[in-house]
Amino acid sequence: MFTFEELKRSFLVSIWFVFLTFPIMVIRVDSIEKTVQWRWMNMVYVAIGSFILSFVFRYMMQRKEMKSEDNGDGDKKDKTGRSFIHRWLADPKYRNAILGSLLAAAIIFPHVFSTYQTSIMTTALMYVVLGLGLNIVVGLAGLLDLGYVAFYAVGAYTYALLYHFFGVGFWVALPIGGLLAALFGILLGIPVLRLRGDYLAIVTLGFGEIIRLVMENWGAFSQGPSGVSNIPRPSFFGIDMSLDTALVYTYYLMILLVIFTIFFVNRLQDSRLGRAWIALREDEIACQAMGIDKMKTKLVAFSLGAFWAGIVGVIFAAKTTFISPRSFTFIESAIILSIVVLGGMGSIIGVIFGALILILLPEYLRALSEYRMLAFGAILVCMMVFRPQGIIGSIRRTYTYQNRKKADGEVS
Amino acid sequence: MDYFIELLFSGLSRGAIYALIALGYTMVYGIIGLINFAHGEIYMIGAFTSFIIATILTILGFPGLAIILLAGLAAVIWSASYGYTIEKVAYKPLRHAPRLSALISAIGMSMFLQNYVLLAQTSDFLPFPQLVPDFDFMEPIAHIVGSSDMVILVTTTVVMICLTILIKYTKIGKAMRATSQDRTMAMLVGINVNRIISITFIIGSSLAAIGGMLVASHIGQINFYIGFIAGIKAFTAAVLGGIGSIPGAVLGSVVLGLTESFATGYVSSDYEDVFAFSLLVLILIFKPSGLLGKADTQKV
Amino acid sequence: MQQPILQVSGLTMDFGGIRALNNLDLDVNEGEIVALIGPNGAGKTTFFNCVTGIYAPTKGEVDLYHKEKNRVVSLLGMKPNQVTEQGLARTFQNIRLFSQMTVLENVMIGRHCRTKAFILGALLRDKKTMQEEDEIIQTSHEILTKIGLQRYENEIAENLPYGAQRRLEIARALATEPVLLLLDEPAAGMNPQETIELVNLIQEIASEGQSILLIEHDMKLVMSLSDRIFVMDYGKKIAQGTPEEIRNNPAVIKAYLGEEVDA
Ligand SMILES: Nc1ncnc2c1ncn2[C@@H]1O[C@H](COP(=O)(O)OP(=O)(O)OP(=O)(O)O)[C@@H](O)[C@H]1O
Ligand SMILES: [Mg+2]
Repeated sequence: MFTFEELKRSFLVSIWFVFLTFPIMVIRVDSIEKTVQWRWMNMVYVAIGSFILSFVFRYMMQRKEMKSEDNGDGDKKDKTGRSFIHRWLADPKYRNAILGSLLAAAIIFPHVFSTYQTSIMTTALMYVVLGLGLNIVVGLAGLLDLGYVAFYAVGAYTYALLYHFFGVGFWVALPIGGLLAALFGILLGIPVLRLRGDYLAIVTLGFGEIIRLVMENWGAFSQGPSGVSNIPRPSFFGIDMSLDTALVYTYYLMILLVIFTIFFVNRLQDSRLGRAWIALREDEIACQAMGIDKMKTKLVAFSLGAFWAGIVGVIFAAKTTFISPRSFTFIESAIILSIVVLGGMGSIIGVIFGALILILLPEYLRALSEYRMLAFGAILVCMMVFRPQGIIGSIRRTYTYQNRKKADGEVS
Repeated sequence: MDYFIELLFSGLSRGAIYALIALGYTMVYGIIGLINFAHGEIYMIGAFTSFIIATILTILGFPGLAIILLAGLAAVIWSASYGYTIEKVAYKPLRHAPRLSALISAIGMSMFLQNYVLLAQTSDFLPFPQLVPDFDFMEPIAHIVGSSDMVILVTTTVVMICLTILIKYTKIGKAMRATSQDRTMAMLVGINVNRIISITFIIGSSLAAIGGMLVASHIGQINFYIGFIAGIKAFTAAVLGGIGSIPGAVLGSVVLGLTESFATGYVSSDYEDVFAFSLLVLILIFKPSGLLGKADTQKV
Repeated sequence: MQQPILQVSGLTMDFGGIRALNNLDLDVNEGEIVALIGPNGAGKTTFFNCVTGIYAPTKGEVDLYHKEKNRVVSLLGMKPNQVTEQGLARTFQNIRLFSQMTVLENVMIGRHCRTKAFILGALLRDKKTMQEEDEIIQTSHEILTKIGLQRYENEIAENLPYGAQRRLEIARALATEPVLLLLDEPAAGMNPQETIELVNLIQEIASEGQSILLIEHDMKLVMSLSDRIFVMDYGKKIAQGTPEEIRNNPAVIKAYLGEEVDA
């Protein structure tokens, strides 16, 4: 395994990376004090790190190539591609047990753990819903939306400003925020969804930045960079709640929303519309030639995704009671995209796992949280290079119809 | 009138910088059809490398001209190396994957590099030494056109001429054009396509590095985030001119630079970035093939 | 005289300076198998693309006659999906399957334009939606059985052998219930055995009354299948007639350098 050739190659890679990272990693200068700091230890880390990673890289590439050759043969591949989670969930006996205990755990969570933990969990759940929403757009319909955060911002600002100017409450603002975001989605979608995939990505990115910059500069309307504060938390039949209770309440709200979203997305992706999305992702021209209205189908995906972002936006504003343009940068869109990509585009379970891993892990490993964005970037690259289907790839197409087919077979 | 000329020149020098970056986008796009999202980061790394080297040389007491040349050389060498490495690690394995995969990988690469510099260096704005002195002969018009504007314009023009010669008349240039027209065909006639792609990344990155150094010295400060905004703007310029077209990238950059300069000069500077982004969105919607690009009808 | 179901007249398509279609007339009668042949680059695929709304022709008329509804619709200016809805379905020269979907799902997509369920139906799963969904599955299953692909039903489309992929394209197109089926080189890349099976399949489909317009380079196949043949070269129609007439047409022989037609 570790032949001399391999060692030599890794050694050369290691030297190359030492050279490559030399100015940025080793030297740090202060142009005012006129001092130079040499961090030679970093060089050693880079050397060792790249030496090891080059082995890993080659190993992973080999594995990937071997896999794709397997698929080329075509015959025996199929059910083995499923992960154990899918197999469990396919079996109703296990499924009910798993879902039941998950629900029970979710319900008692705030009573077992501290307010702080509940708050973090609520945030993670918000990202689950955001991820599932973006998953409709990117994962199912194959539309790379890099400005997803704009719709999130629309939702958040809808509630903040409606309250600020008109005293509108949370429950009224919730649907308005969602619908307004969906409306933005349609208005933006009509001109841009005609564009090719990569142009679409850039236009949505530009749109996201425009929304943020407008919020930053249009002080009279949005209170500018300082943001809107004193947004009320979600109310419950007008009962006054203490801060802790309000948090727990928001948490349960999120649990309900997550359940509803899963139900929604699951039913949609197993429907005529969901199939049309996936077909559109696979081949636009063939899709149109099969009688699918491309614009309409894309627009529905785009605005549904936006709707979910808007809803979560309202809840975000209510949870934090303060929003500013800084909460809605491109980085936020990138995080949500990472969740979808890591979990597996088009896979509901994958996205849930993706969100929990990417949001909770940095919270609990505080020492690592500095490296969070670095890791997100690396995740996007590595997933695309080594495992484009995500940690839990979507598999719905291989088994959804199997039972049906058997039923059909018996009839005919 | 003076104000107008001042804006004109600042617009032109802005455009020149965008052009240096936009060329990288357009060349890579022409060859492998990928929006190299990490290109703005290459430019940022070029600025950082030249900053580090220039500061060290200043401390060591080198003369001004030597500092400019050596720092520029270092920026080019390292940026080119980064460009080369990024292609090998993040794009080459995805050459036959769906277009979106490579784009997502590029976005990831961009995030990674930004945060890599943030962690290895600093998140603060660093004061960048003024490398270009105020020339005496520029004295009479200094209130309208700064020396560094002039240096930017001259350097960019020289670089453009060299690039045009390279692409039009050398063997490598011909191979690049062949590869961008039809990669399979190019491979069949014996062009080493992998090498051509690498060379394209190296050239594009070198141009961005020069741009990075010039702009950092002009504006006087750098930070890990400069690549993102500059990258998007340069990309806007490339699309405006017609992505894939080299003269288009230059034309688009000048148009964008002038638009920004006059818009901020006469209208309002608050919305500077909004102008650029809106321009980008409008072009892509109404004329995605750009000013000089060819409309692409997909063959079925 | 019988009303043709497809009537194309004066169809012209320019790509920049290239005139890929030049004033082309073509018609297909009900229940016919018509072949469109011509050397490489003659403009056959372009003809399909113009008729199905993928390209917008420079000028010309394309009319589709619905016998059941007894009315003529102009397909010009329609989007591809509208053309399909009107009753024109096609396959592609370079296979364009939904490669990550199963074989059954590929055919189910073909049912899209004949069904209606939308967001609300998908969510509520009411009786009407479920009936429709069952209809989709049932019909798709039947079509696959007819085409002889039922054993692949749950395979991912891209893992199918090449010949089966071509047949799947036909199945998918049939699922849209076309008035006229357009096949672009259905036998391309097939081995002799697969080609024979394909001929039988096409004959079987046609015997059920399906009208077919096909592009093909395999002369044996064309001669044995078609009722009428149109020949084009450089975007122009150079001949039309029965296989017998075409076989002996000097212009056709010249266009093909006299080689393949003898076969
Ligand atoms: N989108 C397009 N843009 C420019 N030219 C095109 C386009 N599509 C087709 N052409 C040109 O139109 C002409 C006819 O092409 P077409 O594909 O219709 O030929 P064909 O008869 O189908 O040939 P083959 O037998 O090889 O499939 C060719 O010269 C081709 O290059
Ligand atoms: Mg053809």
